[in-house]
Amino acid sequence: MQWDIVIGLEIHVQLATKTKIFSGSSTAFGAGPNTQASAIDLAMPGTLPVPNEQAFRYAVMFGLAVDAEIGRRSVFDHKNYFYPDLPRGSQITQMDHPIVGPGFVDVDLADGRRKRVRIHHAHLEEDAGKSLHEDYHGMTGIDLNRAGTPLIEVVTEPDMTSAEEAVGFARKLHSLVTSLGICDGDMSQGSLRFDVNISLKPKGSDTLGTRTETKNLNSFRYMEQAIAHEVERQMDILEDGGQVVQETRLYNGERDESRSMRTKEEANDYRYFPCPDLLPVVIDDAFIQSARDLLPELPDDRKARFKEQYGLNDYDAGLLSADARLAAFFEETAKHGQDAKLAANWVLGEFSAWLNAEDKTVSEAPITGLQLGQLVARIADNTVSSSGAKKVFEALWNGDSDNADAVIESQGLKQVSDTGALEKMVDDVLAEMPDQVAQYQQEQDPKKQKKMLGGFMGPLMKASKGQGNPKLFNEILVRKLGG
Amino acid sequence: MSISREDIEKVAVLARIRVDDAQISALESDLGNILNLVDELSAADTENIEPLSHPLDAVQRLRADEVTETNRREAFQAIAPATEDGLYLVPRVIE
Amino acid sequence: MHNKSVAELSRDLESGNVSSVELTRDFLDRIKSEDTKYNSFITVSEEQALADAKAADEQRAAGNATVWTGVPFAHKDLFCTEGVATTAGSKMLANFVPPYDGTVTANFRQAGAVCLGKTNMDEFAMGSSNESSFFGAVTNPWGLSNEQKRVPGGSSGGSAAAVAARLVPAATATDTGGSIRQPAALCGITGLKPTYGRVSRYGIISFASSLEQGGTMARTAEDNALMLNIMAGFDPKDSTCVDRAVPDYTATLNEPLKGLKIGLPKEYFSDQLSPAMEEQVRNAVKEYEALGATVKEVSLPNARLAVAAYYVIAPAEASANLARYDGVRFGYRCENPKDLDDLYTRTRAEGFGPEVKRRILVGTYALSAGYYDAYFLKAQKVRRLIQQDFINAFKDVDVLMSPVSPSPAFVQGEKSSDPVNMYLEDIFTIAANLAGVPAMSVPAGFVDGLPVGLQIIGDYFDEARLLNAAHQFQQVTDWHQALPR
Repeated sequence: MQWDIVIGLEIHVQLATKTKIFSGSSTAFGAGPNTQASAIDLAMPGTLPVPNEQAFRYAVMFGLAVDAEIGRRSVFDHKNYFYPDLPRGSQITQMDHPIVGPGFVDVDLADGRRKRVRIHHAHLEEDAGKSLHEDYHGMTGIDLNRAGTPLIEVVTEPDMTSAEEAVGFARKLHSLVTSLGICDGDMSQGSLRFDVNISLKPKGSDTLGTRTETKNLNSFRYMEQAIAHEVERQMDILEDGGQVVQETRLYNGERDESRSMRTKEEANDYRYFPCPDLLPVVIDDAFIQSARDLLPELPDDRKARFKEQYGLNDYDAGLLSADARLAAFFEETAKHGQDAKLAANWVLGEFSAWLNAEDKTVSEAPITGLQLGQLVARIADNTVSSSGAKKVFEALWNGDSDNADAVIESQGLKQVSDTGALEKMVDDVLAEMPDQVAQYQQEQDPKKQKKMLGGFMGPLMKASKGQGNPKLFNEILVRKLGG
Repeated sequence: MSISREDIEKVAVLARIRVDDAQISALESDLGNILNLVDELSAADTENIEPLSHPLDAVQRLRADEVTETNRREAFQAIAPATEDGLYLVPRVIE
Repeated sequence: MHNKSVAELSRDLESGNVSSVELTRDFLDRIKSEDTKYNSFITVSEEQALADAKAADEQRAAGNATVWTGVPFAHKDLFCTEGVATTAGSKMLANFVPPYDGTVTANFRQAGAVCLGKTNMDEFAMGSSNESSFFGAVTNPWGLSNEQKRVPGGSSGGSAAAVAARLVPAATATDTGGSIRQPAALCGITGLKPTYGRVSRYGIISFASSLEQGGTMARTAEDNALMLNIMAGFDPKDSTCVDRAVPDYTATLNEPLKGLKIGLPKEYFSDQLSPAMEEQVRNAVKEYEALGATVKEVSLPNARLAVAAYYVIAPAEASANLARYDGVRFGYRCENPKDLDDLYTRTRAEGFGPEVKRRILVGTYALSAGYYDAYFLKAQKVRRLIQQDFINAFKDVDVLMSPVSPSPAFVQGEKSSDPVNMYLEDIFTIAANLAGVPAMSVPAGFVDGLPVGLQIIGDYFDEARLLNAAHQFQQVTDWHQALPR
């Protein structure tokens, strides 16, 4: 049987506010356990929540960026359940009246299609703390520093039909929230957490199948794997005539396997009701305008500008514009690099490869856009060859120096561009290779001739100890052999 | 309106309050009486009436995003039932 | 000395007739010798009180005194006091010593008042007789001669009994469904529940957030005004607290009442009220007529639904507010929990008393899937109808007057076995909480030798008018001065 895959996402986005959603505690990462848990965060008796204005501003910015309706009157609700990392015994969230209403995000896919994913809504809520399962005499330790960190939970419509679309959307959302500056985007620290709802239905059917929710996927790669894994699992069940159970599953990326999460209450009954300690939040035109004024350039606009301003192709412009920090790094590189396309190649090539190899983010890179730009400028003006430039890059990355010119100088990587010296070398090499010269000159097909030039380049580079400018060698060869 | 033993057991699980059989019998009668009292509501005509969550028709104030809390872990954990290394301890949580 | 009002004690301190340390010692001694009869205090913070009194005397000597500097009082044990146990009358918080002050607590501290201790109360403010306290029932100072112990009312029964027994001149209290007015009436003192949002709830251990309000208890209306002067006001820590100027509530106490328009809600003079009680209330209204007020009958057609709406909304809010008591971060924790579920269910089963558990279970039920619309949403709609009744009534009249409770103080144990019967104690008081309007209880006579209270309900933020009406009444009557017997 043929199946349609139906995917919807729920994304928890940690907002980059200085303080928590309901208290003036710092949200800075990495503090000692429970040192950023105030009486309010601990839900101590008599304490009361007061909402953070910046959390609302960030949520409204997100809403504007996804062309959503802004909830003019949003209401906080209690979601009641017991868990040790939830101090109040209820999570304060927004159930019926969220801050962000329906909107959409357009995702550009690899095959050039543009996929529209509708946003059902996004609401503000508080994050929970963390349970540390190391052994404390058979006990679990609870750190409530994260409790009360503001989140927006973005809920999509079940519009995605493949892992590619889902991951494309996830990347786009990541790109949006980091470009807006409302989230640091660090998935390994849980700043952005994806839950994937998946169901299958017979091809063409209008009836949705039973869905499962796979939780807490902390990388795009795991997300892609988890979807493939879950689709296959459901397909196996359905094709064996079984029924998919509606449940929450935990995916283990390292083992590529998933399991059902055990829950004591078969059916959770969260008993939502308006939180009586808080009043309706009314968002007026002035507030929306103040959020609009803060909107930076969004990825789609940036992509268009990169194509226009730097003459980049659609693919490169898309890659470079998606991540705000990568985009900024590229622009700095291009600014100092003289040649924007060359800068793009180096940012997407060498630079990205090193980031990947060392599992670093753009902001953790040991090299700056200015430094890479200076190097690109030296490639552009033929001071250094591509292979020489890779050595310079490595030296800059490893911190041996902070300046490309200094590395070129100290490692003797400067290309020889003195035509007199190069002509002499060409003459010497050609004299040593009379057979190849004759072959070349007898060849009628210019394509094959061009290929045969490569046979002289090896000896020439060797003669120049790798420092001859290949472009100039090429020109001289063509002239001499043709003459 | 009466409330069944099953309802009481279900609600006690949701509220995380252990009740034994003898208590359930007492609760059946007490909660049943309370629900009878509350059932007077069903007679009220509330068509087109908006629910009232709050006596004052006021709007939420928002707080500036400024750190106002300091680390008071020592004072807070001095009154906690079980802590170690700055963590609150609970029986092992199995996900 | 202990028969004096806050105003009088303040004048004595000002004139130097007595020092705060002397006054504080005097009251502490009295608590020690007398409170064995009433059990009105859970904690007496003697050391702290004497230190505060000494500081107050120094402050007065330095010329920085307020009306309250050096005046002794007590807090209901629901108000968080830094360094002094705050139990909410519950085993759950028997060992809870808050590392912070609430806003009201801080206000009294700032004014230089001397807190003698924390008064007994129904567990988590749930009750109308003060019999649900983990620390034992409170005995009403009235009616003791009959050798039948009577309840002081609740939930602020400890504060009411302590003030009536002259153990303190004033005490804070809270009122979620009548918990200031009913015990004030049953103990023959004066109490005020302010408008919802007038007094910060920060630091008051919460039971039903949209209904409860901190308020005042003392023997005179003037002392209630002095209390409200330092309790009322905006607090950025409480989202439900209103940013609105606070008048000097003592400034208008002596306004004449000529032309005051009094409404008598006919639903509050029903057959639930004994004829003897009704006579006392009607006599009090006659006093007001003599003072120049006009009286007319008004209607609160939905008032009969108030108790039903309340016993959905209050338990629902309580079920969420009391979910924080899980044995993890503070308060009671069961011995040797074998797993997480055991920790939760046993901590909560052992830490909460029967009435608290009943209300949590009712509230959980009312919010659970399939019942939300029929119970919670319906109750909220009825709540709006009740509020509308008050808004309509105040188009015609300035204040409403009624009885506070259907009967005077009853004998301990008489109603504690039947929760619903107990709930009907608050039949006349609950509607004001649902609407959020201010209301007072003023001593207005006796039935069978037991005090009777007159309830005065005002329009939103009209506390000054209530206090003025109560004060003028107390200039021509002396019910509030009567000594318990």
